[in-house]
Amino acid sequence: MPETIIEIRNLSVWYGNFHAIRDVTLPIYRNAITAIIGPSGCGKSTLLRSLNRMNELIPGVRTTGEVLYQGQNIYAPGVDPVSVRRRIGMVFQKPNPFPKSIYENIAWGVRINGFRGSKAELDAVVENALRQAALWDEVKHKLHESGFSLSGGQQQRLCIARTIALRPEVILMDEPASALDPIATLRIEELMQELKKDFTIVVVTHNMQQAARVSDYTAMMMLAEETRTGTVIEFGETQKIFTHPSDKRTEDYVTGRFG
Amino acid sequence: MSTANPFSENAEHLRRRHLKGALLAGLAFLAILLAMIVLVTLLIDVFLDGLPWLRPQLFTNFPSRFPEKAGLRSALQGSFWLMILTALMAIPVGIASAIYLEEYAPQTALTRWIEINISNLAGVPSIIYGLLGLGLFVRGLGLGRSLLAGALTMSLLILPIIIVASREALRAVPRSLREAAIALGATPWQVIRDHALQYAMPGILTGIILAMSRAVGETAPLITIGALTYIAFDLRGPLDIFTVLPIQIFNWVSLPQKDFQRLAAAGIIVLLGFTLLMNALAIFLRNRLRQRW
Amino acid sequence: MTSLIHDLPARRARSTDTFVRGVLFIVSLISILTTIGIVFVLLRETLYFFSEVSLAQFFLDTRWTPLFASRRFGIWPLVNGTLLVSFIALLVALPLGLLAAIFMSEYASPGVRGWLKPILEVLAGIPTVVYGYFALTFITPWLQKIFPQAQIFNALSAGLVMGFMILPLVASLSEDAIASVPYSLREAAYSLGATRWETVTQVLIPAAFSGITAAFILAFSRAVGETMIVAIAAGQQPKLTLNVLESIETMTAYIVQVSLGDTPQQSLAFYTIFAVGMMLFLMTLIMNLISYYVARRVREVYQ
Repeated sequence: MPETIIEIRNLSVWYGNFHAIRDVTLPIYRNAITAIIGPSGCGKSTLLRSLNRMNELIPGVRTTGEVLYQGQNIYAPGVDPVSVRRRIGMVFQKPNPFPKSIYENIAWGVRINGFRGSKAELDAVVENALRQAALWDEVKHKLHESGFSLSGGQQQRLCIARTIALRPEVILMDEPASALDPIATLRIEELMQELKKDFTIVVVTHNMQQAARVSDYTAMMMLAEETRTGTVIEFGETQKIFTHPSDKRTEDYVTGRFG
Repeated sequence: MSTANPFSENAEHLRRRHLKGALLAGLAFLAILLAMIVLVTLLIDVFLDGLPWLRPQLFTNFPSRFPEKAGLRSALQGSFWLMILTALMAIPVGIASAIYLEEYAPQTALTRWIEINISNLAGVPSIIYGLLGLGLFVRGLGLGRSLLAGALTMSLLILPIIIVASREALRAVPRSLREAAIALGATPWQVIRDHALQYAMPGILTGIILAMSRAVGETAPLITIGALTYIAFDLRGPLDIFTVLPIQIFNWVSLPQKDFQRLAAAGIIVLLGFTLLMNALAIFLRNRLRQRW
Repeated sequence: MTSLIHDLPARRARSTDTFVRGVLFIVSLISILTTIGIVFVLLRETLYFFSEVSLAQFFLDTRWTPLFASRRFGIWPLVNGTLLVSFIALLVALPLGLLAAIFMSEYASPGVRGWLKPILEVLAGIPTVVYGYFALTFITPWLQKIFPQAQIFNALSAGLVMGFMILPLVASLSEDAIASVPYSLREAAYSLGATRWETVTQVLIPAAFSGITAAFILAFSRAVGETMIVAIAAGQQPKLTLNVLESIETMTAYIVQVSLGDTPQQSLAFYTIFAVGMMLFLMTLIMNLISYYVARRVREVYQ
């Protein structure tokens, strides 16, 4: 029985009066890749962003339910979102490196989170992160050049590097490869397989083949017809979801009949 | 390594980070507070000093050596007629330039030069416009220290403001509106005259009002072209010598007697009244036009 | 062949269009003529001035007494006065303006911003003669209570008030610069567990650096060109000094002084205002150009 690292219970999110997702209950298993799939507009990103309280950047947002990380509800009063985000990191759809050097892109996050080591130790942290993100060989000679001097795929791996430099336990990825070309996409997918040995990954994707290739577990989201809100209609091992899903709507979606 | 509460490690450092943030956020708020306090203090100071002197004589009398007899009559006349003349010259030229630049001008070097010029002129100190007026209108055209020379100078001063505001208003006209007219065979001028201009008019008007409210408070360029600080007769025509409200205020502030300083405050109340009225009108117009479309 | 729609109105419309276009073009040249006019007037009168006064006298002398019997034409006392007051003003306006911009951009709710921006617009719309009045009749007496040696006309009083006059300009331009930083950068910072203040000071401000610098330079240019506050409150004694409690004179106040006085129009003393004006024009022109080029760098950052 795989270990649960995050447990989502009855999660609902409103943007003002708009009920975006309702009653989501889902386990996230440690050291596995969980994919969230579904047609566009069904709330996949909203669900993902609730897992590290990034939704709160939007004014007027309301969240009910619980997200238990190692048994502690991240939405409990008194829990600092800053704390949460250090442990549950995020990579975005469009690569967003800082307008700083490659080195600084990674060092900054580490420093503000209280790094107290020497310069040599910081160098080591940066190098490890870049190695683990499969970027080190390509940038080791130009660490002080701007993050923008890299290609799209490299920038995305830089963003992954700066996230894993903080040693989070969970990495959330919001369509990480959708802005990249096919070759760069493949490299990101390979990277994800490598990373799951040390991290837990939750990835939102609209690319079903990618979900089938990459993930261990899949959650299927859809807009419920009666309520017009997003919800998880099925969850299970990826193998099962894609070959003999229980819900007819899931079957329609993965076979391309719908969505 | 997971403790009962995974978010409690490093709590002390986190607390310090938040404290630093709160401190500095407080400073930012204080900055705003300070600016508002200064504004309120200024207004209260002006009102306390000036209100007792806000009497009918203030408007009907000419300036005098004696504060009890002094008034703004000549200054108000000067300001009024100066605004009218300036408006008559600056508004058509400003709107016309804006129309040309926004609707007709090709992407040539000359056009870029004109645009660079306009944004540069907006940053030239107003007193330099006074020197321009002195050299070109007062002496060059031989207009002397007349109202007309003043109006010409002020027109050049506020021209960039009107042009920039009008261009923005024209730029905001929806493409769909223009395309509908063009599809019916309208020439560019017909599109402008019958559609774009009407749509952009509230925005243009707002810009004009803001420009005029700036002009009514301008002092330095008019002093430089020779507007006087003591005129004891009614204005006779555009070629007559003149004075304006802010110059009269300046003159009274510079006099040693305390009563004149209070008179200056009364004059300021009148000036602020006009300025704030025009600004309020402009803001009101700007909000109304957002709702209408 | 008859056509349902006659061609004549169309042809007339097109010729009207060409005519209108020509008229509008000529009118819009007025803006170029203004610049040419400024340069021409200043140049002509300054050249006349320098036919009587040598460049050495202008740039190497340290006293400015063109209206006295023993005439000296060193420009530096006036420049000193201008810069002294401007620096004080910037000391007030830059930090407070930037803090205000940060508050409005990142901390204030839309409701608060709704009435805050108009208030700053009001502050910016107050005629400078009013600020001058405030400096002389309110600030200076208070200043004299704290510093008994402060003269009635002094640089500090004018500088402080000028600072608050410029504050809205700095705040508004800085806010634009900060707001134009892409939202994705904020997301990146927050997702790494940064607090709001860390995001502002370590990511947003560095990213908006060009725009903010351009704003600062523009504020400097505004301070240098400001006239009425200093004409009323700073004094008419040009001197080289760093004592902010003393009476000084700025370039702009000098021009006002001569324009108000009885200086005959053909005298050399009269022409000094053009020479001073030329100096002022060049200083602000250079600053405006630098600001424009610095602001352009913003676009290069986000490829």
